[in-house]
Amino acid sequence: MTVALSGKEIANQIVEKFPDSIVASSEKEIVVKSGSLLDVAAFLKDTPGLDFNYLNYITAVDYYDHFEVVYMLSSLEHNHSLVLKTRCYDRENPVLPSLVRLWQGADFQEREIYDLMGIRFEGHPNMKRIFLWEGFQGHPLRKDFM
Amino acid sequence: MEIERKYIYSDIELDRKEGEIIEEVKASSQAVIPDPDEWLEEELKQNIILTTVDWFINWGRRSSLWPAICFPACCAFELIAANGPRFDLARFGMEILRASPRQADLMITAGTLTWKMAPNVRRIYNQMPEPKWVIAMGACAISGGIFASASYAVVPGYNRIIPVDVYVPGCPPRPEALIYGIQLLQKKIAKRRNIDVGKLIRR
Repeated sequence: MTVALSGKEIANQIVEKFPDSIVASSEKEIVVKSGSLLDVAAFLKDTPGLDFNYLNYITAVDYYDHFEVVYMLSSLEHNHSLVLKTRCYDRENPVLPSLVRLWQGADFQEREIYDLMGIRFEGHPNMKRIFLWEGFQGHPLRKDFM
Repeated sequence: MEIERKYIYSDIELDRKEGEIIEEVKASSQAVIPDPDEWLEEELKQNIILTTVDWFINWGRRSSLWPAICFPACCAFELIAANGPRFDLARFGMEILRASPRQADLMITAGTLTWKMAPNVRRIYNQMPEPKWVIAMGACAISGGIFASASYAVVPGYNRIIPVDVYVPGCPPRPEALIYGIQLLQKKIAKRRNIDVGKLIRR
């Protein structure tokens, strides 16, 4: 079975390379600052021993005062996984860096999050709605929709 | 020592019975049986049926309803089951699902319709030749179903997009329910008036 790696141990590795990039870490997850998300993700993908070469899914949660975007990463080589999170406090114009350059699978899922949550992903090659039609007002999975 | 009787009848009794049957058949078979195809001579008598044009057209239309393919969601599986050998929709002359709407005259709307899909469904409907009918199959097709109250993306009923003739409730309806709905539609077609009698009289 896939081993879920401890977020704390990996957070220590990340802090060595990128100090001041971690917001919180626990056994289950790592929460990184949105500014250093791209660096941390590239580090997780390319570091030997970690090799997170597969992005299982991306999803987003609305916590009223901030959005949380969840990345589930796993390594097909070492058969281990990790949950990476980042937060976005701007409700009017939330922006996060896109991870399409690292994992192609992020393409449609980032478009889905933009469509339903309204979070823009900077650097995405085709940032537009995917489910709803062009011209739809609002982003329906936000808690304040309707 | 008495031998136990094995049969109710002895052999000679059975033979006598058989003889009686033969005598009876012989006595009743002295005349020739007339040819059952004698009526073929009476051409006119057997080849004229009196009916109305309305009835005849409606009979043709209701007996070969061909559905167009418009199955956006899960009700389609009940429709497929109804088409299969167990429920056998072919009994009603409608086993052929037409991939081209131009060859179809019935639309069975089996599934949830989203606003994004709605223009395409209306287009399929418009491409079907007249006369055409629509069966709304399942809760989603009737009213939007479980998505009706709060959904931003689901059409609350196909009757917003196209005119519906028969509503079949259920989530999803059983194949029996669908077949019943089709039979109701056939009854509806049977009552259709194709010729305006008043117009004919006025001419």
